[in-house]
Amino acid sequence: MADQTTNPIAFVAEGTIPPSPPPANQTGIVKWLRENLFSGVTNTILTLLSLILIYVLLKNTLPWIMNGVWNANSLAECREILAGKTGACFAVLTERWPQLIYGFKYPDEAYWRPNLAFVLMLVALAPVLFFDLPRKLLVFTALYPFIAFWLIWGGSILVPLVALVGFIAAGAVFQKLGRNSFAAGFFGAIVVALIVWNIGGALIPEDANEGAMLTAVPSRDLGGFMLNMMLGLTCVSLSVPLGIALALGRQSSMPLIKWVCVIFIEFIRGVPLITLLFVASVMLAYFFPPDSTVDLFLRVVIMITMFSAAYIAEVIRGGLAALPRGQYEAADSLGLDYPQAMRLIILPQALKISIPGIVNVAVGLFKDTTLVSVISMFDLVGMIRGPILASTEWNGVYWELLGFAALLFFVVCYGISQYSQWLERRLATDHR
Amino acid sequence: MSTMTDPPKADFRLSMLINDTRYRSLTFQVIAAIAIALSIWYLGNNLIQNLRAAGLNISYTFLGDPSGYDINQRLIEYDSQSSHGRAAVVGILNTLLVAFLACITATVFGVIAGVLRLSNNWLVSKLMAVYVEIFRNIPVLIWIIIIFTIMTAVLPGPRAFRGDNPTSSMLFDLFAFTNRGVYIPGPHFSSGFFSAAFLNWLLVIAVLIGSWFASREVEKRATLQQEQTGQRPKTGLVKLGVWLVPVALLMVLMGLTWDVPELKGFNFSGGIKIGGPLIALWFALSIYTGAFIAENVRAGIQAISKGQTEAAAALGLRPGRIMNLVILPQALRVIIPPLISQYLNITKNSSLAIAVGYADITATLGGITLNQTGRAIECVLLLMLFYLTASLLISMAMNVYNASVKLKER
Repeated sequence: MADQTTNPIAFVAEGTIPPSPPPANQTGIVKWLRENLFSGVTNTILTLLSLILIYVLLKNTLPWIMNGVWNANSLAECREILAGKTGACFAVLTERWPQLIYGFKYPDEAYWRPNLAFVLMLVALAPVLFFDLPRKLLVFTALYPFIAFWLIWGGSILVPLVALVGFIAAGAVFQKLGRNSFAAGFFGAIVVALIVWNIGGALIPEDANEGAMLTAVPSRDLGGFMLNMMLGLTCVSLSVPLGIALALGRQSSMPLIKWVCVIFIEFIRGVPLITLLFVASVMLAYFFPPDSTVDLFLRVVIMITMFSAAYIAEVIRGGLAALPRGQYEAADSLGLDYPQAMRLIILPQALKISIPGIVNVAVGLFKDTTLVSVISMFDLVGMIRGPILASTEWNGVYWELLGFAALLFFVVCYGISQYSQWLERRLATDHR
Repeated sequence: MSTMTDPPKADFRLSMLINDTRYRSLTFQVIAAIAIALSIWYLGNNLIQNLRAAGLNISYTFLGDPSGYDINQRLIEYDSQSSHGRAAVVGILNTLLVAFLACITATVFGVIAGVLRLSNNWLVSKLMAVYVEIFRNIPVLIWIIIIFTIMTAVLPGPRAFRGDNPTSSMLFDLFAFTNRGVYIPGPHFSSGFFSAAFLNWLLVIAVLIGSWFASREVEKRATLQQEQTGQRPKTGLVKLGVWLVPVALLMVLMGLTWDVPELKGFNFSGGIKIGGPLIALWFALSIYTGAFIAENVRAGIQAISKGQTEAAAALGLRPGRIMNLVILPQALRVIIPPLISQYLNITKNSSLAIAVGYADITATLGGITLNQTGRAIECVLLLMLFYLTASLLISMAMNVYNASVKLKER
């Protein structure tokens, strides 16, 4: 004991040693690189291959984009300015901008009309897409189709006005009769709307389009990206109600209704859109009354709407099938009749489940509107392949034009799919 | 006191047709039937009147008339004297050819991209995400046109291969990429057992199927031996032999030679020519659909719970075997149904061939034949019938598969 006290202890730790930083290769960017890019032989090879790929892509495209010429009147002039350097000739975009966006026949002095319609479209879509906005804005959304029709096609304001009055009358009748019986309200509304439209149509003078505030533009003069947007928006908004009806019809207990819906859906889903567009361009005219001329735009809208309605119906059917049986039984036990049960209990839930699917169909449909170029409508792709590439000034400017078209579609479609993901998170009320 | 009463046995009143659930569905169906019949009558009447006004009738005899146009890309004998019907058959075969090729390559692209998107490698997974997003969000028609433009505007013409100092040269002296199409060496039997070339190829396929059965037999024996002795014999070499030897022998016996494309005059001759439109369509459909398949594959793999991977790792399996033996067999059940509907999409999207002039059924029957004969209704109906049959067959295959892999539950 004694000598222990005499021998001084060589070392006593008097406090905790401060923690030393982790080794350099275990922290920060080095660790991240090691773990994520170079964690093994295969991974290293993959990383190097990716880097080479990115390098090659950038090396070939960057100078091309950077040297781009934005002001020239023809490809030859572009090449002169570039003087042998590689570079894009974006001048085609600035020079042919109106053609790319509005088509080559839309009157120059009327470009403000589609522009205004586009801005108003954003306003009209806002309350549909973001439901935190005041509900009163939906009134404008309901008015928008008539305003947009008048702005884009021009002509007499009486035409959209009569259509609007017909819808208002139908709505009023539905409110009145529909309280007691959905069917009575529904069919009453259709009859009233038809009556109003027929009377109104007779009242509109033949020469209403002459001297109208906005000059009338025939449908065949529409073109460019505007046509894609119009087809996409019209067909999606028309096909959602039709798709709901088809999905409900397919679930119906009435065999006749059910089989009509099944055959319609399976038939449309079994054929490519191109064949349906052929129907619109060469065959549908045979089914309209003789002497009537239904313009190509309307025929195409009819066929594309039927096409996307069939796909949307299948998406909604999935949503309906995903609802537990108890929801239907609960609605029945509350004494709700079929329209009430559907409107108040089933559809709100089923549609919520189907939103991602419906957005997928909408994106697909928007991309498919480029197919109308095959039946010689001059949408964006049609304009590029037709009038612009065939012109002597711009013959050979492929990449700038196709890249521009690709970029436009990418921005819109990617935007829509991002919105759908946001909406899905927003609507997720369960705890997953 | 309440008394039980029988339900009222009221006489049938007209209002019961709409208010009584027993009769209501009947009423509605009768109304629907009348509405459908009326609209069919209306449309049919319009059709008949319009046809009479145009002096047309519905008849399919035009299918037997000489077509008068040529088709470059064809799998069977055809010339401008052949009938419109034969042109349609050429078109059908071309549709099936491009759909078949695109299905295979799209699956390859899709599986690679889908698996790599889940890779631990940050760069690779981001790169694959970019690929998927770019290709999914741009219309396939634009992709077809872009690749077709590469084929026709970027690749050199055959003239560039000529002269003493050619600006372009053939790859390995075997493949020629020109703006008129890609030329590859074609296999050719100099002493085939049959005079018709396709019978010889059938023989080759038959031998390959035989090899498949034989190699399965080898596997079975190996498993049997493993169960008895606990040792699994090495079967790799034996299987390789079973696959290669019979085919190689057959090839030698039939005198396989390669017909290499050569520059003759102003164009290449010999070998197999794959036209630019076919390549554009094939490749565009593959990369476009590949992006969708990649998402299906990713979703399928992610649907398998992480516990499966961990359990397999706990058993001591290596990552490759975990994927092959544990994850993929389960993921396939999730992946295959959407995969088959992607195949359906490829078949339907192949109708875009008309945009680049590939002679598929839409371009022959729905394009040139329709324009030459003016038989719009007949042509479009036949076209729809073909696609409808194809899609019904594919969905039937899907249903059979779904039934076979369904989880056997109580």
